[in-house]
Amino acid sequence: MNGRPLLALLRRDLRLAVRHGGESLMPLVFLFAVLILVPLGVGPGPNLLAAIAPGMVWVAALLASLLALEHLFRPDLEDGTLEQWWTGEVPVGLLVAVRLFSHWLITGLPVILFAPVAAQMLYLPDRALGVLMLSLLIGTPLLSLIGGLASALTLGTNRGSVLLSILIFPLVVPVLIFATGAVSAAADGLSPQAHLGLLAALLILALPLVPLATTAALKLNIE
Amino acid sequence: MSALLSAEQVGFTRSGELVFEPVDVNLGAGQALVVSGPNGSGKTTLLRVLAGILAPACGRVDRNALLAFLGHLGAVKGDLSVRENLQFASRFCGRPGLAVNQALARVGLAGLGLRPARALSAGQKRRVGLAGLLVARREIWLLDEPYASLDDAGGELVDRLLNEHLADGGTVALSTHQRQPRLEQEPGRLLISPAGRPDE
Repeated sequence: MNGRPLLALLRRDLRLAVRHGGESLMPLVFLFAVLILVPLGVGPGPNLLAAIAPGMVWVAALLASLLALEHLFRPDLEDGTLEQWWTGEVPVGLLVAVRLFSHWLITGLPVILFAPVAAQMLYLPDRALGVLMLSLLIGTPLLSLIGGLASALTLGTNRGSVLLSILIFPLVVPVLIFATGAVSAAADGLSPQAHLGLLAALLILALPLVPLATTAALKLNIE
Repeated sequence: MSALLSAEQVGFTRSGELVFEPVDVNLGAGQALVVSGPNGSGKTTLLRVLAGILAPACGRVDRNALLAFLGHLGAVKGDLSVRENLQFASRFCGRPGLAVNQALARVGLAGLGLRPARALSAGQKRRVGLAGLLVARREIWLLDEPYASLDDAGGELVDRLLNEHLADGGTVALSTHQRQPRLEQEPGRLLISPAGRPDE
């Protein structure tokens, strides 16, 4: 077995994302909508904004990741490309991992790249910026993994977005707590290591397990 | 001669009940099998079990070669052009076969490569699926209703492709309930009967 089918899938996923340009820009539009609207709502005081900045960036990242989940596997189920995954030589778990990676590239990476701008807009102390980026780097793949599993589980339900959200929210609470905890600690001049360590532990746990569970969930829905 | 695809007493259950009476399948190079049966008898289910998409509830399936499954969904991305769809098929499936342009010409779609797949008619989409079989070499073809929505010329095209594939050492299992394939060698036939409803 070689990596050609995996690369082919990644290229096609990204090409489809570019072709649906509007949809693919949604995570960024969402991030900035939150960043601009919330200060208008709570008032533009630097102290207040700096205090809620980690939470705001993270909630925006979370919702951005949630937006694209409905379309993670459903189009493939409907046009028959999903069942083809089982006819090739490549283990389906790897194909699932590639699909989740492309979801992260589309929803997670733009948020990470624009996090410095967001931090500036919210008066986040400079010393916390590095930790914010790091927490996003460890945390957004987790969001994609958890979201992918929930998306595969709800594939059989007709338009399962409500169920999808209900499934995801409790699972991402730990990610949100540790990630914003790390950034807040860094902003207060404390060590964020404990928070980041736990976040990384979650990622290490999810990386091998989630593709397996997602594969099983997809298999159920294909039958 | 070792079988490319064989199944022993393979069955599939839905909600704990067998969908069709368990069947045996044994296909070697150059052999074809026509699966027939009334609507809802489980033709598609059997092909999907043989393809490995569904896990059999009983019996076992041995696949000794690469496999192509063409279902009624077609596996074509409407937002990509015909050419992009076929390029993906050839990269995704391992060993390359015909070049994309040749495959398109072969199925009568020459010149439509840049057209978005969603702009094609049902019959043309079907032909893209057939071209997908050609762009990557796979020995076992499992075709679910390959004649559906094709015109007469399309049906003859399927017969020609099947004959070439069989002559090339491949094997085919296909389901049909309308047109019967006209092959150079008489294909094996398998009539599947829904389980639990014995024939009178």
